[in-house]
Amino acid sequence: MNRIGVFVCHCGTNIAATVDVHRVAETLGKEPSVVIAKDYQYMCSEAGQNMIKDAIREYGLTGLVVCSCSPRMHEATFRKAAASAGLNPYLVEIANIREQDSWIHKDIEEATEKAVILGRTAIAKVQLNTPLTAGESPVTKRALVIGGGIAGIQTALDIAEAGFEVDIVEKQPTIGGKMAQIDKTFPTLDCAACILTPKMVDCAQNDKITIYSYSEVAAVSGFVGNFSVKIKRKARFVDETKCTGCGLCTEKCPQKKVPNEFNLGLDNRRAIYIPFAQAVPKVATIDPDYCNMLKNGKCGVCAKVCGAQAIDYKAQDTYVEQQYGAIVVATGFNPINIDAYDEYAYSQSQNVVTSLELERLMNAAGPNGGTLLRPSDKKHPKTIVFVQCVGSRCDDSRGKGYCSKICCMYTAKHAMLIREKYPDTNVYVFYIDVRTPGKNFDEFYRRAVEQYNVHYVKGQVGKVVPKSDGNLIVYGSDLIEGKRLVIDADMVVLAAAIEPDKSARSIATMLTASMDTNDFFTEAHPKLRPVESPTAGIFLSGVCQGPKDIPETVAQATACAGKVIGLLVKDKLTCNPCVAHSDELMCNGCSSCEKVCPYGAITYEEKGFRQPDRTTKMRRVAIVNEAVCQGCGACTVACPSGAMDLKGFANKQIMAEVDAICL
Amino acid sequence: MADKEQIIRISGVNPLKCMKCGKCTATCPNYDEMEYHPHQFVYMVEHGEIDKLMASESVYKCLTCFACVERCPRGVEPAKLIEAIRTEAVRRQGCNRLKADDIPARIDDDMPGQALMMATRKYTR
Amino acid sequence: MSVNNEFRPKIVAFCCNWCSYAGADLAGTNRLQYPADVKIIRVPCSCRVNPMFILRAFQRGADGVILCGCHPGDCHYTSGNYFARRRMTLLFSMLDYLGIEKERTRVEWVSAAEGAKFAATMNDFVDTVTKLGPNRRLEDLRCKN
Repeated sequence: MNRIGVFVCHCGTNIAATVDVHRVAETLGKEPSVVIAKDYQYMCSEAGQNMIKDAIREYGLTGLVVCSCSPRMHEATFRKAAASAGLNPYLVEIANIREQDSWIHKDIEEATEKAVILGRTAIAKVQLNTPLTAGESPVTKRALVIGGGIAGIQTALDIAEAGFEVDIVEKQPTIGGKMAQIDKTFPTLDCAACILTPKMVDCAQNDKITIYSYSEVAAVSGFVGNFSVKIKRKARFVDETKCTGCGLCTEKCPQKKVPNEFNLGLDNRRAIYIPFAQAVPKVATIDPDYCNMLKNGKCGVCAKVCGAQAIDYKAQDTYVEQQYGAIVVATGFNPINIDAYDEYAYSQSQNVVTSLELERLMNAAGPNGGTLLRPSDKKHPKTIVFVQCVGSRCDDSRGKGYCSKICCMYTAKHAMLIREKYPDTNVYVFYIDVRTPGKNFDEFYRRAVEQYNVHYVKGQVGKVVPKSDGNLIVYGSDLIEGKRLVIDADMVVLAAAIEPDKSARSIATMLTASMDTNDFFTEAHPKLRPVESPTAGIFLSGVCQGPKDIPETVAQATACAGKVIGLLVKDKLTCNPCVAHSDELMCNGCSSCEKVCPYGAITYEEKGFRQPDRTTKMRRVAIVNEAVCQGCGACTVACPSGAMDLKGFANKQIMAEVDAICL
Repeated sequence: MADKEQIIRISGVNPLKCMKCGKCTATCPNYDEMEYHPHQFVYMVEHGEIDKLMASESVYKCLTCFACVERCPRGVEPAKLIEAIRTEAVRRQGCNRLKADDIPARIDDDMPGQALMMATRKYTR
Repeated sequence: MSVNNEFRPKIVAFCCNWCSYAGADLAGTNRLQYPADVKIIRVPCSCRVNPMFILRAFQRGADGVILCGCHPGDCHYTSGNYFARRRMTLLFSMLDYLGIEKERTRVEWVSAAEGAKFAATMNDFVDTVTKLGPNRRLEDLRCKN
């Protein structure tokens, strides 16, 4: 005979305001096999937990039902409390009467009635619960970081610091990411390269870190502690181990007309190239789309000039398979394509640029060697108009609904740098709101206004019309003065919204990590678990989780490393005991379950069974590997004989829940 | 007394969606002719100042070119709001703003045919 | 149920633990209302839902059953929702043949970030089922206590 205890939580007024908790406890107390039913203000508090523990000991409970918040919130808490009082933790069930009852209903009568039904359902289930013991699985002490931008670099360095092996997979020929393209950083105006490149070199020199540049993740299998990842190393046509990075080939290559993606196509590079001077690894890469030798077999100049004989035109993509305990996603961002905003004339005039392009135009290593010249005729621009929120805070199909967060600050930075270097330039910034929450951020923006006399205009630009001389007529509104501004500008800079890198979606699918509708990775909890994905063993670093500036990205990257280290120091992980189990006596070895198992956890065995006539008959039966099974339950439905069942979510238990709801 | 809810119902526009960026006004080709500009229409409807708008010539100066609708980042559709106020004004007068006989005198030689069609739609019921 | 005896349907919602149950929680966190007629059963994955459970629900007098899982491609267990989709397509057309209208059964993908979608889906589903009226087709009076 079961002895079940029911505890109803008020959650302050969160539950008690809409659910008559006394009545719920009283009604549930009359259910068969319920020996104690109580309500209390905060069940999750120490006093509440003690109440549960005392009841378990006093009444010798065989099952526990807590009517409270979502099991995703406090199931673990109550299981732990039960375990400490000697009750198997898997004999605890939660009835979710907060998120799925009190918070969504207003009518007290209705909400109370529902709470009783939910409580009764949990009681029906817990009657059939069985004690379960969690197994253990080993942890591979190695981490994978996907993405080699500042987020990935910082996470890798911090994990390596703790003594664990880390691999960085970067799809570009060099690590460094977006930060390497940026000229100066706000709010201190130190040069991005000066603070980033030492970290890149640290990565290369750290013997715990392996950099797989020009590589992509091809396949992921396994689970927390035991991921198996296939990494595709794209053919670089240059032997990384031989290339010294002298750069001679990149000077001699006759194919000069390749748009330089590092400078966002503002100038050209050769078909064999090193993205930038401080690239890590500093190794040349041949672009197969442009190389004459690879395309039609005529050239071979780079092979001739290479003293190290590193060029290999016959190189193929190779694959590396590696085991990892944890995977960090640091896939970063890109500015959105703003071609759809034809009112800003981005695709019609070279003098309309995005902010990232402006970074390159102002960078000493950029196409103009650091002198700000407008692209069309290489003249000094005298009037520059900045347009904020291009594609951000936009609820149409052209843009993004969110605030990209970094644009206000980098625009203030650009405006300030331009006024500092070229005081004869007129700088206008059209803004909707200036958002500068951050340490020393608002002071920075005020400096742009007060000290550098940047014209901040509250309003938006409606239209940019290119003229034949390369200038642009900008129609904007000044909402405060209530007039329209028509500005003859030399250049227009658009603060394009940022979006997650396009590769993130396929990586999320491989990792079975969830994403939101904007393709940002979802965190396990928006406030309390911000660097973990809901999928165990997957961690999030940088903009792949949401728009961030550099200081925030680095802070999150380090936090993420902390979480990874916390996982990797463990020798064993407790497995989920809610796994599939096959009843040998019912199994007929048909293999239906094996076909649907995504983890290959089911194998078959010939086993002898004693027959009534005292002979032994050999029969093929399914065996579930409990360490590999993740407990999805696909096999339980596929099984035609009903032999396969899932512990913790057994057929009988769910049936009992259905019955209780439909009563 | 013009009812704010009435205008919102006719137009199907939610003025609360406006984030006050002013792009509609910046983009308005008839800016100089208008007393109240598109963003003011949205703002004033939100604050229930319909009568002022209805009395203004701006209601008829709007070209209904939909540039503000096209470029609004929040999908507020100011032109629909202006159209609604115009409809309400014409209804209130109980008749068309112009008589058919008035039109020839007002025709401008430079006026494109399309504008004439637009005007017919705008000034008649 | 209700005092004035208006019809309130019994709806059973199966939600996978990783996406839809979390989506339902998010609907709660955001205080998005949907009718109390919906009762949620938590399952690890949409593929855990045995057609037997759905038949049982209808037998027991449920008026509608909805199954919510992760979006295709986002299943926590890689492929579970594909199995669910196939099984339910078959089951629902069979149920339709038996006289349980297709509108009484539904599969919907709700991610952990789609609290609003969860609430909207439930509102719509309850609305649809309420219009259809009570299910008497499979209800087995012997199952009633």
